[in-house]
Amino acid sequence: MSGNMNLTLKVWRQKSSSTPGKFVTYKAPDISPDMSFLEMLDVVNEHLVKKSEEPIQFDHDCREGICGMCSLVINGEPHGPKRATTTCQLHMRSFKDNDTIVIEPFRAGSFPVVRDLAVDRSAFDRIQQAGGYVSVGTGGVPDANEIAIPKVIADEAFNSATCIGCGACVAACKNASAMLFVSAKISQYALLPQGQPERYRRAEAMVNQMDTEGFGSCTNTYACEAQCPKEIKVTNIARMNREFFTAEFVKS
Amino acid sequence: MCLTGLFLCSFLIIHLTGNFQLFKNDDGLAFNQYAHFMTHFTPIKVVSYLLYSSILVHTIWAIIITQKNKKSRPVAYAVQPKEGSIWSSRNMGILGTILFVFIVVHMSNFWYEYHWGNTPFIEYRTDLNTGTTVSKEISSAEYTDYVSYVDNGVEIIKSKDLYKAVAFSFQQWWIVALYVLAMVALSFHLVHGFQSAFQTLGWNHSKYKPLINFVGIWVFSVIIPIGFAAMPLYFLFK
Repeated sequence: MSGNMNLTLKVWRQKSSSTPGKFVTYKAPDISPDMSFLEMLDVVNEHLVKKSEEPIQFDHDCREGICGMCSLVINGEPHGPKRATTTCQLHMRSFKDNDTIVIEPFRAGSFPVVRDLAVDRSAFDRIQQAGGYVSVGTGGVPDANEIAIPKVIADEAFNSATCIGCGACVAACKNASAMLFVSAKISQYALLPQGQPERYRRAEAMVNQMDTEGFGSCTNTYACEAQCPKEIKVTNIARMNREFFTAEFVKS
Repeated sequence: MCLTGLFLCSFLIIHLTGNFQLFKNDDGLAFNQYAHFMTHFTPIKVVSYLLYSSILVHTIWAIIITQKNKKSRPVAYAVQPKEGSIWSSRNMGILGTILFVFIVVHMSNFWYEYHWGNTPFIEYRTDLNTGTTVSKEISSAEYTDYVSYVDNGVEIIKSKDLYKAVAFSFQQWWIVALYVLAMVALSFHLVHGFQSAFQTLGWNHSKYKPLINFVGIWVFSVIIPIGFAAMPLYFLFK
């Protein structure tokens, strides 16, 4: 088909977290510019399977940009060159014919490689389990708008809640810090009335779990904000710091 | 980092304001009096030791968290990210190292020399009726301690002449070059550092953020480094 591209991929291949990995070069011929990045990898994997080679393992699920499962660092950028876009929503028209594309996993000590490009992000799950929820007594469903919340506050909480927990912030950060993710999760509850009873216990527990998982500290380079596919703002990090200081020094 | 950093920022204002007396054309009378006051007034001495410890805490803590942060990514990326953060925010360590070397050189040039080195001595005689001041260099034999007294309508001040030590040092172009380079590093260090300290403390209210950014850039990254850099350049070209 005319307009299709021939690409060269340098892909990180690693059998397991305990074995060292290396880059392997693959040809990706006749790639349609309308394919998503993951569809391009599907095509490459089909060729590999036909040749009886091990396909490249990568994480994916909804392919609609909302689940947070896809990852990949493409030419040094988490989720590739387009801003506010997940890898599954990245299309091959963002690349040019004869390009060489380097594909690496999200690299962080707290995100061990499962295989090839798939990493274990369960550290995020454990941080969520430490306090990223609201405990509610069961009962009848409350009326909508029973609790009045100003629109600006609701919007801000919603913006924080759009974090899909993909881990691009960790991948982008020179310190592999998870503070953008954790701060978004703390913020969405700290801003709303429903989050108040557990507000400071939550901040303390989630920050402590984040440290236990071995993520680095925030040095405010703001690379996370630039690379976040959901455009989570670093104002969340400042808010988390406030919540944590208050929890540590003011609240019992 | 943020607390020691902001304390060091506040010191810059005092240090710059005081050192502006170097530009006074009075053979260093005001500057030498100021130097004596700053090294002998007890509350200031307490703050100065707080300052030296802040520099050490800021440096040592930076090394500790950098080591810890490096461990958070055991396998490095093959392709480094091209964009997303400003250069100075990623290279605070390099800028800080330049500044630490500068502080060591700066303190051995003046602080050490003033306290224990070979600073020259000077005597000022001010006629209180006419207000005219004459100064002359005196030998170490004529100098016992800093004195300031009035004798027959003439105010006599004998002091260590730090002004002359400063003027002499800044005749050497390479010292001037080092100082100017260090002020460039200071500028880039504070472009990131000042606003970053407020972000870490959680002081990022949308109403005050523009003010913090404005002060961080124009006061701490432009006016203060230029003010300091002007001093060695003034003596070099005087």
